[in-house]
Amino acid sequence: MSGGVDSSVAAALLAEQGHDVIGLSMQLYDQRGGEQAWGTCCTLDDLHDARRVASAVGFPHYIVNFERQFRDTVISNFVQEYASGRTPLPCAHCNSDLKFSTLLDRARGLGAEHVATGHYARVEQAADGSWLLKRSADPDKDQSYFLFSLTQDQLARAVFPVGGLVKSAVREQARRLGLPVAEKPDSQEICFIPDGDYASFVERKQPAIARGGAIVDETGRELGTHGGVHRFTVGQRKGLGIASTFPLYVLRIDAEAGTVTVGSRNALDQTRLTAGSVNWISIDAPDAPVRVAAQIRHRHKPAAGVVRALPDGRAEMTFDQPQPAITPGQAVVFYAGDTVVGGGWIEAGDRRV
Amino acid sequence: MQRIYLDYNATTPLLPAVVDRMTEVLRDEFGNPSSVHHFGQQAKAAIDDARSDVANLIGADPSEVLFTSGGTEGDNIAIRGAAEALEPTGRRHLVASAIEHEAVLNTLKALAKRGWRTTLVPIGQSGIASPSALREALADDTILVSVMHANNEIGTIQPVAELARIARERGALFHTDAVQSAGKVPVNVKTLGVDMLSMSAHKFYGPKGVGALWIRRGLRVLPLLTGGRQERSRRAGTENVAGIVGMGVAARLAASKMADEGRRLAALRDRLEAGILRAVPGTVVNGSPDARVPNTTNISFDRVEAESLLIALDLEGIAVSTGSACSSGTLEPSHVLKAMGFNAHRTQNSIRFSLGAANTEAEIDRVIAVLPGIVDKLRSLTRTPARA
Repeated sequence: MSGGVDSSVAAALLAEQGHDVIGLSMQLYDQRGGEQAWGTCCTLDDLHDARRVASAVGFPHYIVNFERQFRDTVISNFVQEYASGRTPLPCAHCNSDLKFSTLLDRARGLGAEHVATGHYARVEQAADGSWLLKRSADPDKDQSYFLFSLTQDQLARAVFPVGGLVKSAVREQARRLGLPVAEKPDSQEICFIPDGDYASFVERKQPAIARGGAIVDETGRELGTHGGVHRFTVGQRKGLGIASTFPLYVLRIDAEAGTVTVGSRNALDQTRLTAGSVNWISIDAPDAPVRVAAQIRHRHKPAAGVVRALPDGRAEMTFDQPQPAITPGQAVVFYAGDTVVGGGWIEAGDRRV
Repeated sequence: MQRIYLDYNATTPLLPAVVDRMTEVLRDEFGNPSSVHHFGQQAKAAIDDARSDVANLIGADPSEVLFTSGGTEGDNIAIRGAAEALEPTGRRHLVASAIEHEAVLNTLKALAKRGWRTTLVPIGQSGIASPSALREALADDTILVSVMHANNEIGTIQPVAELARIARERGALFHTDAVQSAGKVPVNVKTLGVDMLSMSAHKFYGPKGVGALWIRRGLRVLPLLTGGRQERSRRAGTENVAGIVGMGVAARLAASKMADEGRRLAALRDRLEAGILRAVPGTVVNGSPDARVPNTTNISFDRVEAESLLIALDLEGIAVSTGSACSSGTLEPSHVLKAMGFNAHRTQNSIRFSLGAANTEAEIDRVIAVLPGIVDKLRSLTRTPARA
């Protein structure tokens, strides 16, 4: 329970249906230094909101301290990815490595059968007993992209009570249930970086990262310099500090060499990508290529193509049409209609057709 | 659900007699004690009665008892008030034990930022401060030593009389935080030989928001709150009459029941402790079992996070506590167990059981009966934390 409207309604609906609900909120950072303006979500006030909801509905609520686990999994991965020239996706790591692992274990230790969250996604059981992850009923709010790395065991324990509702209906439920958070605004930013300044955050965590380097064009010609590869993401246009007759975009980041390669908008388009740590949710790793619609970032309109399983848990996705800004570190998630077939972490894009 | 409350060191419920007397005051005796007329006199008399009862509990003269808002304020007046009063002497060294309540530790930290030197007396695994460690901590310019009488987390009783003698021989004042001992075990300011002693009403079945600080007659301590002449100009502001009266009733009742109740609780506590050690493998008691308040035991459970155990017990209707609660209500590793030199496992896996008036043998036996199953379940689901 983050203290927001979605997880509050999720908990309240389950309680209303007669389930035995225990509310848990995760404390993820040290909040004793009250002057620090932490987080757009899960601040001290948010934890108090969660407690008020639990008290209003009438189930027990506890705050569990996962500072160490959050630091060791989500934050550490976040910093490491930027240091490696990739663009991390911390919410997906938090889901599979914290909420549906450490938190799930904790909940089971307390006797709980399932962990419910306020995610906009659906879990359904197929005829053969396997678990399917599906898009939310609200296409605008759908979060299945961030849940692709859940395994069958994790999905079997996951419950998403608002996954079948659209956002406005969730707020209506909150009002109907008299929850004190019904009108609370949605959170947007990554929760542990409220000001959205990822570069400064990464530098605070790993000062050595602020190592300058060259900005080059596709031929290797130096166009300028930069203050560290962690300040860039593939597809970025602003903040390059280079005068040019046509708009320049970040095409590639080479952390080892410290170079950022830029080029024209057209050069961003790529047809193929490889992904690692692929999780095939509803099927075994396929022997033959499978036609899917693949989503390469949050809010990307899934694009049709063919995915082929590679050895070592990797996969190669070939799009029918070139896709802009395929970004290492982000997830590629394969859909068949509303159902998540699987997904993996993007290693590299490729322009070869 | 039949709930079992085993967190009396956190707070206690009001005794019915306390509620009754406070209700009378709240309803009928609303006067301002500083007023000259009948209403004021009535309130003043009620406060004076309470002052006598509180003084009696600690063997003090009523005129030396100053009512406060609780233990934290008492500790603050004692330490800040003495430090400021003695500032012109140029002596600027303060000493406290490493297992003090945060009311003392953070007050020292605040003064350290303003130029006072501070030294914490290390504490061994017994949880008891040693006289030799105090001797080493003292300096020629030490103005004040603060060592608690009984520790809130593990219940150990400090050799305050001996420590106070050592401090006073070096010319330092001695303050003791007796919040966890007053009302539970005999406390006598004369035998202890201290200069200041703070206490809190809600730890012995009185109301929250009221406490007392005993200051040896003639000792000059600057007030934190300035204004009117209440409490002999040592704490300005209209008195919390109902709270003070409630504290008085609670103090009187605590004094009259102390010996019998202490024996009863010690027997229950020992039964609980022995039962847990027998029924749950991988358990160990923290702190010396010999010198403790009768109601407290602190036990570490190997391979169980205290946070989970506390929640699981609460879901079973059993209220216990661990470490010191912080602002969000989550749990930090205990600074007390850390100071005693225990490793992270032991400091993060410890649970405090603190008993009190309502507890029965049947309750204790139920706790002993449900604990093994809870601990087994938690242990079976513990996964090694991922390391970066």
